[in-house]
Amino acid sequence: MKLYLKLVAMHLKCQMQYKASFLMTCLGQFLTSFTAFLSILFLFNRFHAVEDYSFSEVLICFSVMLTAFSLAECFVRGFDVFPRLVRNGTLDRILVRPRSEIFQVLTSNIEFSRVGRLLQAFVILAYAVPTSGVAWTADRVFAVVLMLLGGVAVFSALFVLYAGFSFFTIEGLEFMNIFTDGSREFGMYPLSVYGEGVLKFYTFCIPIALFQYYPFLYLVGRSDDVRLIFLPLLGFVFLVPCYAFFRFGLRRYKSTGS
Amino acid sequence: MIELKHVQKSFRVARRSAGFSEAVKALFHREYETVHALRDVSFTIRDGEMVGYIGPNGAGKSSTIKVMSGVLTPDSGECVINGRVPWKERVAHVREIGVVFGQRSQLWWDVPVIDSFELIRDIYKVEDGAYRKTLAQLTELLQLGELIRTPARQLSLGQRMRCEIAASLLHNPKVLFLDEPTIGLDAVSKLAVRDFIRAINRENGTTVILTTHDMQDIEALTERILLIGKGKILLDGPLSSLRDRRSPRRTLTVSYAGGRLPVDSDLTLVEEKEGRAVLSVDTDVISVSEAIARLSAKAELRDVSVAEESIDELVASLYREFSI
Repeated sequence: MKLYLKLVAMHLKCQMQYKASFLMTCLGQFLTSFTAFLSILFLFNRFHAVEDYSFSEVLICFSVMLTAFSLAECFVRGFDVFPRLVRNGTLDRILVRPRSEIFQVLTSNIEFSRVGRLLQAFVILAYAVPTSGVAWTADRVFAVVLMLLGGVAVFSALFVLYAGFSFFTIEGLEFMNIFTDGSREFGMYPLSVYGEGVLKFYTFCIPIALFQYYPFLYLVGRSDDVRLIFLPLLGFVFLVPCYAFFRFGLRRYKSTGS
Repeated sequence: MIELKHVQKSFRVARRSAGFSEAVKALFHREYETVHALRDVSFTIRDGEMVGYIGPNGAGKSSTIKVMSGVLTPDSGECVINGRVPWKERVAHVREIGVVFGQRSQLWWDVPVIDSFELIRDIYKVEDGAYRKTLAQLTELLQLGELIRTPARQLSLGQRMRCEIAASLLHNPKVLFLDEPTIGLDAVSKLAVRDFIRAINRENGTTVILTTHDMQDIEALTERILLIGKGKILLDGPLSSLRDRRSPRRTLTVSYAGGRLPVDSDLTLVEEKEGRAVLSVDTDVISVSEAIARLSAKAELRDVSVAEESIDELVASLYREFSI
């Protein structure tokens, strides 16, 4: 853990070397996700409700999704850019060091410029929480915390899965973005608005709905089932097959020529 | 102690011919070809040895190094280093080895080298006392001095390579793998790196395995060479045995003013230009002095120089001999 902090400090030091670039990336990150927010805003200016969900309810969804995604992207970035590590041989270097591969991949890349997006997510969350009309009891606060944790777990698992694929094909992994970035975009609205099929897909294939939709139902009082709060924990279960797949790929690692 | 027995590793690579239509075809149907990077590699290296590992590009040098350092898992065969199988006990194994990939940096680009060193110390969990001792030794031997306070991106290639090598030795490994450590270095840096490798081998008893294309590296450093070609070990022996294979031919370069050079099958003309000729003589048939005597009898010589086959040519002829 101490080493982790040291490595984090190292990344911070390195990224601070390029002040302008750092600030601009932060700003860029902020703006890109801000447009998504604007689209919701304009939509609700016209329609007031999407499938019975009010503006502030959707904002809760949106901000939970965005926070979970940016946290995962900030700290699990190493797996997100994993194909690059394979291609430029950094993985070889990782493998000749006496620490776990997971730890080293995680610390190989920590993206602080995602702070821009994270900050925005927090701001929206802070706005949505009091205005949503939800009675904030202890269990509901707990639910939000679990939603965030579960979300980080699911996105991390997706990044790990993505990294696993890069052992088999070094190029052309863009299709995986459908699951990561796509899930993020889809997840800005409660998943039921897309219909039964999409909801099922995001429940059983890529368990986004587990931390976004079901606990959300409890949160806004559409369901009384307290068990829904704990569904996000299943997101951690999703990490298991993804990690297993990654290990499987690592065994078959070919390395690139030097 | 390093032991490899019948190690094999093959890769599947997609092949296609050039051209756009071929590229489109490859999108749907791909032809794979199995490349045997290592067909059958066996050798034993004792502790404290310095071994030069040579072979043409693509012969399997880097693959062998990667198997030995635990990066690649071979398809079959055994590899035991200090009593461990590298890819099975990766973490314990890599604690005892140092690896320098000549073309890949392990230093953090934007911070002073010393910061990278300290992180590496933490990654390897080197004790503070031992670290300081090793660092002092490395700083002296590699003349790092002020370099370690400079960000890596501002170092020249030679300076950076010295820092890379130091970084790989901070945990005082028993075995050091050097994958083309002198690639792209100038003469002075090369000499410094060579002196250092010799010193570390002598003083710490570190086993050194060195891959290189620079035959001067081999000549200066190693007593034993391993020649690999097409995934097989072709030659394993002391450098002197390689020298014994050196051909008896000598090259004579002469400048002459007048007369005609007596050329026959024992004394062949390689090239001739404006009073300057390069001749090749087989010393098994006629001695060098006799050759010169023959030449000076017929032509007025101004200058004569004799050269034996360089180790580069020797290796090139070895490659030809094994047709690799």
